[in-house]
Amino acid sequence: MTVVWRWTKAVVLFLVDYIVGDDWTVAALIALGLLATWRLVEAGAAAWWLLPLVVLTANIQSLRRAVRSGG
Amino acid sequence: MNWGVFVSTFLAAAIEVIEMVAIVVAVGVTRSWRAARVGAAGGLVVLVVTVAALGAALQGLSLETLRLVVGALLLAFGSQWFRKGILIVSRDGWATGVGDEDVDDDVPAGFDWTGAFLSFKGVSLEGLEVAVIVVAFGAAADAIGSAIVGAAVSVVVIGALGAATYRYVAAIPRRALQLFVGAMLITFGTFWAGEGLGVEWPGGDFALVWLGALYVASSLALMHIAAAWRRDVAARKQREVTSAAGAA
Repeated sequence: MTVVWRWTKAVVLFLVDYIVGDDWTVAALIALGLLATWRLVEAGAAAWWLLPLVVLTANIQSLRRAVRSGG
Repeated sequence: MNWGVFVSTFLAAAIEVIEMVAIVVAVGVTRSWRAARVGAAGGLVVLVVTVAALGAALQGLSLETLRLVVGALLLAFGSQWFRKGILIVSRDGWATGVGDEDVDDDVPAGFDWTGAFLSFKGVSLEGLEVAVIVVAFGAAADAIGSAIVGAAVSVVVIGALGAATYRYVAAIPRRALQLFVGAMLITFGTFWAGEGLGVEWPGGDFALVWLGALYVASSLALMHIAAAWRRDVAARKQREVTSAAGAA
């Protein structure tokens, strides 16, 4: 059981680190962007512009914070 | 053969394979080439099994769901490479390579199990990332064969180059490659996530081209902006030091 738990924990931690990385705000903003895009599509509005905008905004704010903290 | 998927997986896998080769060569040079080869072979077996297992697990999903999940993953993961590439290239320049790996060179008599394990760990951990990329691209583009061939060619070409002379592999500008591959991953991620959600892209599949151009152009602009932010931070620190010295 301990070995299974340790392996499960290691795999989950690997996946979180792999997907989220060093800045969780980027993953969170992208998730919000996907949700907002889905709502726009459901409402029948043009939604193609939103995702690229969110992706760039999320990365720019993360970059700015990284540079400020000495990156 | 889907050449777009082939090139994408070749380049994305190359970034991880460069690190694999760095670790295997470090073990080979400082400890034992036999142990390095045995460990690397074991790691490659893990890579093949992981691709097969992940591929089989995704068989039952619809293409829309698959594209949404894969697109979201590529967006989150690709953003990390995109940012890291911009940060490091804007600070250290385009030519930044992978450098040398440090390995403990206290080798025991007989077969070097520690060396084999180091090599195995390096190859299997980096390989895990290659496996996710291969399965993601292959499944979302419905071209798993092209994705596997792209990654396999990357492993063979860079592996052979590393075995022949590591200097060439160490000199590959990994960070610049990471920046462009990061832009490529978020391009596919945006496109596929949008497709999965039912977005109608202007230009249809041509959206991959304009999205790619948008992200690459943005990364180049952001490199200059990041350099300017860095200068501002340095100037502010300098002013703080000067005013603190003046107050004292």
